[in-house]
Amino acid sequence: MDLTCTEEEEDFRQRLRAWLADALPRLPPAPSPADWPARRAYDCSWQRALYDAGYAGLHWPADAGGQGATPAQHLIFLEETELAGAPYVGANFVGLLHAGPTIAAEGTAAQRARWLPPILRGEEVWCQGFSEPEAGSDLASLRTRATRDGDAYVVTGSKIWTSHAEVADWCELLVRTDGSAPRHRGISWLALPMDAPGVTVRPLRTLAGSAEFAEVHLDEVRVPLSYRVGAENDGWRVTMVTLSFERGTAFAGEVVACRRTLARLAVKAKENGRWDDPVLRRRLGRLSAEFTALWRLVQWNVSAAGHALRNGGSGVPGTGGSVFKLRYSQARQELYDTAAEVLGPASLDAAEEWTAQRLSSLSYTIAAGTSQIQQNIIAERILGLPGGR
Amino acid sequence: MDFRLDDDQLALQAGMRQLLERCFPRERLREVVDAQELRGVQRGGRQGDRQGDRQVVQGSQDFRGASTGWDVGCALWRELGEAGFFSLRLPERDGGVGLGMPEAVLLFEEAGRALVPGPLVATHLAAGLVPGAAEGTRVVTALTGPGMAEHLGAADSVLLLDGAGARVMATDGGTGPRVLDARPVQSVDPLTPLYAVQELPSPALTHLTAGGDGGRLRSEATLLTAAQQLGSALRTLDMAVLHAGTRRQFGRPIGSFQAVQHLCARMLVRAEIARSGVYAASLTMAGCDIAGAKLLADEAAVRNARDCLQVHGGMGFTWDADVHLHLKRAWLRREQWRTPAAAEEELAAGLLAGDGYGAA
Repeated sequence: MDLTCTEEEEDFRQRLRAWLADALPRLPPAPSPADWPARRAYDCSWQRALYDAGYAGLHWPADAGGQGATPAQHLIFLEETELAGAPYVGANFVGLLHAGPTIAAEGTAAQRARWLPPILRGEEVWCQGFSEPEAGSDLASLRTRATRDGDAYVVTGSKIWTSHAEVADWCELLVRTDGSAPRHRGISWLALPMDAPGVTVRPLRTLAGSAEFAEVHLDEVRVPLSYRVGAENDGWRVTMVTLSFERGTAFAGEVVACRRTLARLAVKAKENGRWDDPVLRRRLGRLSAEFTALWRLVQWNVSAAGHALRNGGSGVPGTGGSVFKLRYSQARQELYDTAAEVLGPASLDAAEEWTAQRLSSLSYTIAAGTSQIQQNIIAERILGLPGGR
Repeated sequence: MDFRLDDDQLALQAGMRQLLERCFPRERLREVVDAQELRGVQRGGRQGDRQGDRQVVQGSQDFRGASTGWDVGCALWRELGEAGFFSLRLPERDGGVGLGMPEAVLLFEEAGRALVPGPLVATHLAAGLVPGAAEGTRVVTALTGPGMAEHLGAADSVLLLDGAGARVMATDGGTGPRVLDARPVQSVDPLTPLYAVQELPSPALTHLTAGGDGGRLRSEATLLTAAQQLGSALRTLDMAVLHAGTRRQFGRPIGSFQAVQHLCARMLVRAEIARSGVYAASLTMAGCDIAGAKLLADEAAVRNARDCLQVHGGMGFTWDADVHLHLKRAWLRREQWRTPAAAEEELAAGLLAGDGYGAA
């Protein structure tokens, strides 16, 4: 057990810190959250800056254009960028954390050459077309159909909860290519150009009032066969690689942010007198233990992934991600509920930063696998309990 | 950074688990419980009687005696001593093993898993301060102030950790309860005799010898207690999963029902969060990390024992199931060294002091 950085890791941290100190003041002001084209431009220019400095695709394998950094270095990157107040991955989330790693792992040389460099340079934005109105937690029941017609698939169906759809160039799309096969075996993974004829994007308004995601309707959209990643009908396995990435280190930077928010909450409570309430004070203390332990759990999972990588494994975070995701999503909601207690009636002002966060935190126990699905995964895949319903 | 256990640590952990499976298997645990239970019945018959009180004190002295079938205690304690359980962190030149807190935490986790009785934490801390503690030939208990002392009747010495320094008080021959004017309590945990102590001896008393750093010893005790809670939480999880996988109702294992699956899944999450906190604190030994580790481990041990009891249904409520032994010990450890309330206050104060974010 060792939590100290190696000399190499410490060097990496220092170089990154120095670069951030230089690069961040030169950033343009952050755009309005409602201005999607401006958000895309901002996120992509940050990605370009990372690319030019040699920090793009840090955790991607070197032969995919990444830096081949260790999981520990990737964690340092997430920690330091958060501490420095650097922009979040934003519109490039799907490209860098889902679609890119999937193409890197499963794509042909030509597919890697076509799609990976523009993701790393911040030139092309990806979105995710997995969930459907009738296929949420039960993703394998998806019905969007792709039938072969010459050198293309003809795709018809609907996708939902597609973040960044309005500004995306590509969509990683799951489609049913064999309606008669067992449901996990008839699915394929396609790269869908969002400007193809027949693609309609309809924004969905969240309870926070913003349009963070959209419905995507596909009406006989032609997608070249060469845009399929992995074998036909092997898309479920290809997808599982992607989902493991999502549940692994995707939230690591946010844990750092939560710990900083908690410290600010304590200061605020001290200022407005709420600190004198022992119930609230103890709740803040408890959350401190919670987020510190969550950070340690990230380090634990990253160490396991690093070990697997060194031994020829994938470096893809395993089921430990489910344990983390389940507890983190709950802790994040408790954090912002506690923030509302600190603020009192001021928390009813929707313009209040912590109130906006409180609203958005409500999605955490649902998105990327609901808490109930995570508990099923833990019960059956980690604890080995018999399959249930 | 590599947070995983290294090969030596894995071997140490496996070795201690094997030793405890051999020296303190479930049958031994139940023998000890039954012996204590017999005494409990005797005690009940003489409630309020001075003779009865003496009986309790006498009984507790039998921690290492042969008369109650508790000869297990003496042999087990010696085995642990020989395995380096108490001398683990003493330097090799002083006859110790020369290892650190991360390794100690692994051993205490195993002790918690096996429900090993006795004042393990205090005796481990006393290695190097009290002759014989390191070898497991002398039994040491501890007090941080007025309150409950465990195994006082069986202790050869008491560590008094109420101030900046540590004091050691000799209580040979079962004189502890008399010297400290302690009242025996009918302990909720059948394997941990308790004594209520009203007042600690004044520092002016000459038979006390000084030694050690009180603050450091209290921190170490807190973390080692948390490690035992972690072991207990992992054990009750194993028990619940085993039962859920074998017990059948409605024609199928109850573990195939989501209501039961989700109880078990949450037990795992609690234990793993506590594990991260406990292991990390053993590396940093920072005050807030230790307080957080104890808080999360207390919760994991108590909540997991409760859920394990629930998964066991009616059997879980019986004396013959082991679940209640874990729950009662978890309740007891929760009150020791750093209660959840104290830990939360310490962590809250830490937020204002800026220790909320410790990078690396």
